[in-house]
Amino acid sequence: MSTSTKDIQACYQQQFDALLSQPVFGLDRAAKQRLLLPLLATLTELHQQRCAGFANILGSFSNESASTIDTLPFLAVRLFKLMELKSVANEDVFRLLQSSGTTGQTPARVTLDKATSQRQSKVLVAILQQVLGKQRLPMLIIDAPATVGRDAAFSARAAGIQGLAFFGRHHTYALNDDMTPNWSAISQFCAEHGSGPVLVFGFTFMVWQYWLDALAQKNQTLNLPHGVLLHSGGWKKLEHLKVDNTAFKRTIKDFTGITAVHNFYGMAEQVGSIFMECSHGYLHAPSFADVVARDPNTLRVTGFEQQGLLQVLSAVPTSYPGHSLLTEDLGVLHGEDDCACGWKGKYFSVSGRLPKVEVRGCSDTHE
Amino acid sequence: MSQQKLTAAFVHALGLTDDKVTDDLTYNTIPEWDSTAHMILIAELEDTFDIMLDTDDIIDMSSVAEAKRILAKYNVQF
Repeated sequence: MSTSTKDIQACYQQQFDALLSQPVFGLDRAAKQRLLLPLLATLTELHQQRCAGFANILGSFSNESASTIDTLPFLAVRLFKLMELKSVANEDVFRLLQSSGTTGQTPARVTLDKATSQRQSKVLVAILQQVLGKQRLPMLIIDAPATVGRDAAFSARAAGIQGLAFFGRHHTYALNDDMTPNWSAISQFCAEHGSGPVLVFGFTFMVWQYWLDALAQKNQTLNLPHGVLLHSGGWKKLEHLKVDNTAFKRTIKDFTGITAVHNFYGMAEQVGSIFMECSHGYLHAPSFADVVARDPNTLRVTGFEQQGLLQVLSAVPTSYPGHSLLTEDLGVLHGEDDCACGWKGKYFSVSGRLPKVEVRGCSDTHE
Repeated sequence: MSQQKLTAAFVHALGLTDDKVTDDLTYNTIPEWDSTAHMILIAELEDTFDIMLDTDDIIDMSSVAEAKRILAKYNVQF
């Protein structure tokens, strides 16, 4: 006999609230096993009941309860590009989030209800408070106002900027709508707020290409010694420029004076439960999430310091079955609970994307 | 007095008429109060009452009634 949907919802809520009361980067392996694993198992059951597509896919898995986080079932993230997977009725759909479609194909579609959307904000705030504190800081956004304009499609980039905007005040866009720097806005921001703590946010590629590169070309430096830079979105577009995290941080410091730089890893399919870079340069799984690396061929769990395909797990989504996803990103887990920065949890780095595998039919072979 | 200032802040930030601003008006239930407007509202409330709201306040401010509860923490009396 399966538990009723209402009971599962109540059970999930209780487990989520318990997790929310814990320190974000303070849960060790045993605590995660006790608090996160049962919650993720509840989510599997909940989505099995509410999403026929998910239940069908899971039909081939054994339904026994998982004994560890890496034995939970997972979906390939690209399924969200191929089919509609949602666990709420049409009338409860609050927002449809579309991923930027970095692989150049159909964008992923993620269905949000109000509860999931609110939970995303709550979890994002809890995680970001760990590096920013609770105070909202003057915020320089390395993007153009048009990206989040009311007419803009609700892209993952817009969602990212809006989510982060909660942390700022006096929001200033550093770029014009044609992606050239808005020099007067930038200098006014620096003059007014530069002597105190400020928040700078942008997507990694945007920060490099449209801000740092523009500063370099103009041979101009800014002085934001108490600034914190948060950036995300991946290094893929910077690969051909040979820009790695070390070079990125050095350039940031040289041109802006900012020394507190945190990359974070996340995806449109799991908004909220992001993985934050610690003071030692590693991404950490917060209390709300976990990460597993798997051999790309066998999908067996790989050991520390071995490259694998990253599986990400999130306590957040109830409106779509995205709580356990196999990404197309390659990464390396470096350890668990023993990072020199003091944060608990697994810590890792992302090394790139799985080389694109194209399925070709007869009609595609013509050159 | 505070009530009038609060209503005026909501009216101004969200582009509503006075009668819409009741205690049970809730975030994301009307098109005028979405996440973009929410940030405008926060800035308006900070200016109106000369306070600095933190990130927890922004997340918790899910209705007019909640706004009053949060403002009370900053010694705004209703």
